[in-house]
Amino acid sequence: MGDINTAMAEQYRNNFLKEVEANVEEGQWVKMCMQCGVCSGSCPLGPAWEHPPQEIFMMIRAGRREEVLKSESMWMCTSCYNCIVRCPRELPITHIMHGLANYAHRLGLAPKMNPTRRFAKMFWNNLTKSGRVNEIELSVGLYFMDGFKTGIARAWAMKDIGLGMLKTRRLNPFGFVSHKGCKDKKGIHRMLKKAREIEDRRKGFAA
Amino acid sequence: MADMKIGAYVCQGCGLGERLDTKALTLVAQKEGKAHVVREHEFLCNSQGVAMIQKDIDEGVNRVVIGACSRRAKAEAFNFENVAVSRVNLREQVIWSQPAAEEARELTQEMAADYMRMGCAEAKKIVAPTPNPEHGTNKRILVVGGGVTGMTAALEAARAGYEVLLVEKAGTLGGYMAKLHKRIPYREPFADPQATGVEAMAAAVTQDPRITVFLNSTTTRTSGAPGRFSVDITAESGGTKTENVGAIVMASGFTPYDATKLPEFGYGKSQNVVDQAGLEALARAAAARGEPMRRPSDGKEIKSVVFVQCAGQRDATGTHLKYCSGHCCNTSMKQAMYFKEQNPDIDTAIIYTDLRTPGNGEDFYRSAQRKGVIFTKGKVAQVEVGGNGSATVHFHDLILDDKAATMSGVDLVVLATGQVPNSGVNIDIPPDAQDIDGVKAGEHAVSVLNLTYRQGPDIPQLKYGFTDSHFICFPYETRRTGIYAAGPVRRPMDIAQAVEDATGAALKAIQAVENAGLGRAAHPRSGDLSFPTFRREGCTQCKRCTVECPFGAIDEDEQRYPQFNEGRCRRCGTCMGACPVRVISFENYSVDSVGSQIKAIDVPDEFSEKPRILLLACENDAYPALDMAGVSGHTSSAFIRPVPVRCLGSVNMIWITDALNSGYDGVMLMGCRHGDEYQCHFVKGSELANYRMSKIDDTLKNLNLEKDRVRLLEVAIAAIARVPELINDYAAKIQEIGMSPFKGF
Ligand code: SF4
Ligand code: SF4
Ligand code: SF4
Ligand code: SF4
Repeated sequence: MGDINTAMAEQYRNNFLKEVEANVEEGQWVKMCMQCGVCSGSCPLGPAWEHPPQEIFMMIRAGRREEVLKSESMWMCTSCYNCIVRCPRELPITHIMHGLANYAHRLGLAPKMNPTRRFAKMFWNNLTKSGRVNEIELSVGLYFMDGFKTGIARAWAMKDIGLGMLKTRRLNPFGFVSHKGCKDKKGIHRMLKKAREIEDRRKGFAA
Repeated sequence: MADMKIGAYVCQGCGLGERLDTKALTLVAQKEGKAHVVREHEFLCNSQGVAMIQKDIDEGVNRVVIGACSRRAKAEAFNFENVAVSRVNLREQVIWSQPAAEEARELTQEMAADYMRMGCAEAKKIVAPTPNPEHGTNKRILVVGGGVTGMTAALEAARAGYEVLLVEKAGTLGGYMAKLHKRIPYREPFADPQATGVEAMAAAVTQDPRITVFLNSTTTRTSGAPGRFSVDITAESGGTKTENVGAIVMASGFTPYDATKLPEFGYGKSQNVVDQAGLEALARAAAARGEPMRRPSDGKEIKSVVFVQCAGQRDATGTHLKYCSGHCCNTSMKQAMYFKEQNPDIDTAIIYTDLRTPGNGEDFYRSAQRKGVIFTKGKVAQVEVGGNGSATVHFHDLILDDKAATMSGVDLVVLATGQVPNSGVNIDIPPDAQDIDGVKAGEHAVSVLNLTYRQGPDIPQLKYGFTDSHFICFPYETRRTGIYAAGPVRRPMDIAQAVEDATGAALKAIQAVENAGLGRAAHPRSGDLSFPTFRREGCTQCKRCTVECPFGAIDEDEQRYPQFNEGRCRRCGTCMGACPVRVISFENYSVDSVGSQIKAIDVPDEFSEKPRILLLACENDAYPALDMAGVSGHTSSAFIRPVPVRCLGSVNMIWITDALNSGYDGVMLMGCRHGDEYQCHFVKGSELANYRMSKIDDTLKNLNLEKDRVRLLEVAIAAIARVPELINDYAAKIQEIGMSPFKGF
């Protein structure tokens, strides 16, 4: 893993593009982008991205490896699929964004404090622990991820929604003590482990 | 003419009978128009109506005035042999352009009566045209240039049964195509470069019994006209043969832009910077050796290639070519694929500002992307080649806005330079004029056709050296009838487009020889038999007709009189409009035939509040637009009196001064757009009209008349709603400035 991480991608050469093609979900599509900018223009969050999708694709082709993988940009994607619907070249942009984020994360290059990354991790751990999401633990964890004071403020702001969920029995208030996991927890864990192995092998992370 | 006998007919169909007093119109024709026979008919265009007219003709009527629909309708029905026909447009331009209300009846009837007067006046001044007995009948086709365009034109014409002479400057056929390794794909799936097939094509030309090939030869003198061109074909070795042909296809091709003018890209400084032609040469040489391409400077393995698009093209600074050559994006992709074929690991990057891949090029672009060719939107500033032969390309990455982007360690740089047309001498530039560099423009240009035409040795150019053609309507035409430019000499293009172009030009050449053989005009008056003649005694030898003819149809005879070549003439009448002493005319169109229509109308006195506005409308666009306005139910002023003209260029100033002198309150001229994006069917007609009209102010001043008494307008054929508006605006303007003081004189 170390040598990929430190590999110097040459400018405007195919090295980084090839790396993305091999390791990023749907990465083989990056070369097909024709730089029209429709994706960037369609993305509801576009203006908030440092490098909107079109630019990310160009950066990959320009061999800007570090800059791309350390970027916060692809973490901005909310999976709305606007871009996929509109891309004239039919690139699965959303999937590539998540693929890039995931790859950067696995390389340890993703920005440590990126909130999306942190929440995604939290969600993953929460889900995989019992095979079913523990709502209360997840929301408390999310609200309090930046400390006690902000946590109280966030929980207070969301109290109406929380109460509504309680009333409609969408939230188990006793989740901390009595969360019901799924039946075959061990089976799930085995499945996840296997999936991880397969993916690692495919993406070159195998030990 | 002593035995002139006019028959005037008024139709009552299509609502004419209800809206007009047709009886009164026949009386106008009889009393004022001096018609010998007048008749009404309830459906003039039906077989009885036509038979009625034909019967009168059989009994001696030789001028026919038809008061019915527009001359653009029912042309087949009212087609009578050997008699002059004048069509009076009572339907489209009278009843359909006027409100149907009872109050409007009087003005509508007055309008119709004037139209009848004009029709009768015209009929008196025209005769049915007969072809010039001196027309040429040679049907052979000469093709100048043996590249893909010339070979295609030759093969197509031969396949259609025509004899072809093909003249090629070089010692072999094939032209630029023969220098290519492969060509841009022209068949499904448009994914890979394809073989050019040039050898097979050249063999087909050589073996065709109908085609005679002259290699190492040029056309050193071309004279005559369609159907009777005489051409000297001179071989490099010196021998000259004179051949007669009926039409010519000029397929003289292009020369790649001189890349030594691009030192900033390292061309000429290192062998590792080549233009697209240079790369084809490398690829061909390597293929012949059966080896991969290697770095020209030291034979090292090539690992990285950069293509610089638009090198010396689309240049706004004025230093290099201003235009896009169209094929070079596809060509660079094709060339990048040569390397991908050689070894998919070779890095190939194409730096472009706009990737232009027209037609099926989109599929080819995708294929190049799939093969891993890197596309980068950017503008190259400089190419540096180091001592070791590796280049560094400095460019502005326009997507990442990185002004200092670089690609280094590049083994080969390919410059996508443009196409410079081989169009010979630019006859619009005086031979001693100097361009910006102080180079005499005429000096280095070598004529292709060496025409003996008085206007100059080659066909006129539009822009950037490309030959002039009517881009919208008649792309294969040039301004020399019977000579058709095809391929990159007409506009920049690739092989597939050149093949199409050549086929079109071959077809036009065939049409030209067939028309010429019958003494008929080419487009846009195709089939017209009339041709201009001049009254020698009256001519002052001013040369205006010779100079202004957009088609160079007029030469000079030994006594310095104009010599009309009817085969080269398009029958636009521009010469007629130009002649200051009005001695040029056609059998069915003359200064007199229009002038007497203008004078025939009834001009009410100053106090009637009924102004009269003359509208001289170009028959190609403005007149059809007027008809369509009527068809679409747009109404316009009843004071307008339109006369169709062949082209605004044919408008002789005397018509305008005569109209103003005889009490018209205003004169409108409607023609096609002129200038760089002209739509004039006769290319220069509307431009000349504009130029001539720019001098009208003096005339108006001399007559002590307001500037607004004359208005020149450009209208397109689709301006159906706009034309009535323009008329009404002008009528309002005339109302505002008041009636002309020249009434009743
Ligand atoms: S919409 Fe598609 S083709 Fe256009 S820039 Fe975005 S990814 Fe590229
Ligand atoms: S799916 Fe992601 S990248 Fe695409 S438009 Fe939505 S938020 Fe933007
Ligand atoms: S000006 Fe027009 S009508 Fe006159 S000779 Fe030339 S082409 Fe013919
Ligand atoms: S324009 Fe008229 S006067 Fe002048 S040369 Fe021609 S025919 Fe003669």
